[in-house]
Order: sequence, then structure tokens, then C-alpha cells
Amino acid sequence: MFENLQYQKDPVTDENMCINGTRSGVHISVPLDPNNSDYQAILEWAEEDSNEIAAAD
Amino acid sequence: MSLARDIADLGAVTSRLDTVGGSSGALSNRNLIINGAMQVAQRGTSAATANSSNEGYNTLDRWYILYSSSAGGAATMSQDTTVPNKSFTNSLKLDVTTADTSVDVNHAISLQCRIEAQDIANSGWDYTNSNSNMSVSFWARSVKAGTYCVFFLTDDGTQKSLVQEYTLEANTWKYVTLTFKGDSGISFNNDNGLGLYVGWTLVAGSNRYQSATAGTWIEKSSGNGQARYATSNQVNFFDSTSNDFYLTGVQLEVGDTATDFEHRSFGDELARCQRYYHKIDAATAYSTLGTAALSTATISTIYPFAGFNLRSVPTLESSGVSTFLLQCNNANESVSALSINGHASGQVPICSCTHDSSTAGFAGSLIANNNAAAYIAFSSEL
Repeated sequence: MFENLQYQKDPVTDENMCINGTRSGVHISVPLDPNNSDYQAILEWAEEDSNEIAAAD
Repeated sequence: MSLARDIADLGAVTSRLDTVGGSSGALSNRNLIINGAMQVAQRGTSAATANSSNEGYNTLDRWYILYSSSAGGAATMSQDTTVPNKSFTNSLKLDVTTADTSVDVNHAISLQCRIEAQDIANSGWDYTNSNSNMSVSFWARSVKAGTYCVFFLTDDGTQKSLVQEYTLEANTWKYVTLTFKGDSGISFNNDNGLGLYVGWTLVAGSNRYQSATAGTWIEKSSGNGQARYATSNQVNFFDSTSNDFYLTGVQLEVGDTATDFEHRSFGDELARCQRYYHKIDAATAYSTLGTAALSTATISTIYPFAGFNLRSVPTLESSGVSTFLLQCNNANESVSALSINGHASGQVPICSCTHDSSTAGFAGSLIANNNAAAYIAFSSEL
């Protein structure tokens, strides 16, 4: 479902601001907002075996 | 106009009001289902779906396909022109492409509309009163005859579901009306979170109908802990690649009696859909998609061209970064990253764009890179 997920930092604050990657081949950028259903889905996905979100560069 | 004509018209209007008023529901805006006539398909008109592949929202706006617990089988979901009568021009079609004849106990496949809690809380439904009803009406057709189910599943508080059955004859459109009663054990928050799943079940393993009886609310946590989507009478629609299912004219309204489908204009329906998904297509090779403010030589804040009233902070969806250019100071710069901005909101879904070096402090534009298929979209689906 999700692939190549990686945190992205805010260029101003240098704090994580979103998660970028793909879902079913579509580029997505997901805010770290608990009301966002994609963020909720990513957190559930990350709890499954061997699924990881890469740290920001 | 003659007096006779006036009287005739008044009679028609009175009859119409009686039909609607008898439901105890609203005269207009009574349909809580968005895109019930299957008119709007911003993402595309067809998608091959399976577990973890194009699952969710991928064709018709607001229509979600769920392969519960990694259910097997596959189907093409599309916007179709097969309709029951001239009241409609489109339907949702589900065409089974991979059959699943051995359904696991936890598996289920369903089409769902997911409704905001505040829209139920403020609908006028006295939902904790078992004498207060919601009515669901729709047109359905299937190659496979038999008993199918529609379910309510609440999301706030103690999760409970209520299933109702309907039957279809093979290859025959049927207008179905179902009633869903309130229950003292259900609740809906007055907020923008998920409140109610309304689902059309196509497959259900035994744990998905365990102890479920048509017309009786059941707690999700009871028994096996799986949400109940059906009764034991539910057919396995995915048992053959010959099977097609069609659905249109879907209406959810407060009241004991289903009323005629509330037809809405395409623009009205699109605006409702855009609270949850708003797509900006390039349409031409170098279309401008938004305004850029270059905070540094290589980083811009993008303000997309659109008025927004999204449900919540959205996900940014887009074509690949190579399909965009940052146009500034009479030059086009390659884009290397496009992200939802940390300060984005539902009203101002701004993006951050990283690009080749230009001039800090200047304004510019995010444009398509000789690619009419370039797009950005904002999703705040439930």
C-alpha cells in the first residue's frame, strides 16, 4: 500500500513536518496531523511487521 | 394561466410535500450521501482494485472500497453508464476480475460511504431513540441473484453495527428502501471526524456476520470482535469473474420513509466532494497550478489556485516532481521535492517546493513541465 515513506523537515524550523512517499503508485505528502486519515493509516501500517518510515535526510 | 392550471399545479406541489413531509426529514439537502448519483470522479473513472492495491478512494468521489482483513479477489471499480431509468446517467460498477470462492472467516469486501460525525449529530436523527429512523434508498443490480446486506457502523463511543438485508434478481435493477433505527448505545460527536460508515456488503466471512440479525444493533467488541457487515444470508458476490454489480441513486435521510432521490447539479455535488478531495489538473502542457513565494533561492511556498474548505489538514497528492517546474525571474527551474507545508490547514493547504536555484524574495509560479497530465490534489477523506 505505502512505499518509500520518509519524514520531511520544515526548511525553516528543521523539525519534521510531513511524510512523503507513494501509495498505489501515487506521490503523497502526508501532514503529521492526527485528524488526517492517511496519517492514521500510516501509523497503523508502521505498527505492522518490518514497516518503517525513514528518517529525514 | 388558467385557474384550473393553477389548481392542478398546487395539487402536485402539495402531493410532493406530503411525500417528503411524511418522512419527518428536510425538504431539501436531505440526502446525507454525497455523490449518490455517481456523477463526480475526480481521481479517474476506472481502477483495478484488490487488497492493498487501489483500495480506498480511487474512482468515484466519496465511494470507498474496502478489502477487510486482506480479503482475496479483485475487481474493477468504475463509473458506468448502465442506469435503471432516465433519472440517472451514471452508476458505480464493480466487475469481479479475480474470484474468491474460499472466503476466510474475517474477510469482507464492501463499498462504503463514510460520513462526518457532525453531519449525523446535526441531521435531526434522534439516534438514541429506537423509534427514530434513518432511511436508505438506492437502485442496485447484479449478475448474481440472492440476498445482499447494507450496514451502519458507528465510529464514536462504543462501536456498533446494524445490518439490513435486500434481495436481487439476476441482471435486474431493483429500487431498494431500508430502515435503520436508533439505539441508546450509539453516539456521534459534533466534530469533523468519522461518524458513520454506510456500507454495501459484497462478501462476508463468518466472523463478519457472527450473531448478527437483520434489524438488531450489535457491538463490534462482542464475540469475535470484528465489525459485523452482514447476516449469514449474504451471498458471495466475488465467487465468479462473471459477476458485475451496479449501484446508483443512493440516498440516506432522516425519517421512516424513503423519499424520491434528491437530484443535485454537478456543480453542487462537486463542491460537496471537494470538502474531501480537491484536484487541480494542468489540462495544458504548461498550465500554472499555483503561486510561488521564494523564501530562499531553492525553497518556495506554493499557494495553489483554488478556494478551499477542506475537512481537515489534507494530504498532498501529485504527479511526479519531474512533471513540474518552478517559474521565476524569466527562467524555469527543475523541481526536486513537493510536500505539504507544516503550516497548511484545511482552508490554506500550502505546499513547500524545493527546486534549482533562483532568486530569493521573488514571486513565481508552479507550472506543469510540458505535461498536461500534471496535477496536484488535496485529500482530507475519512
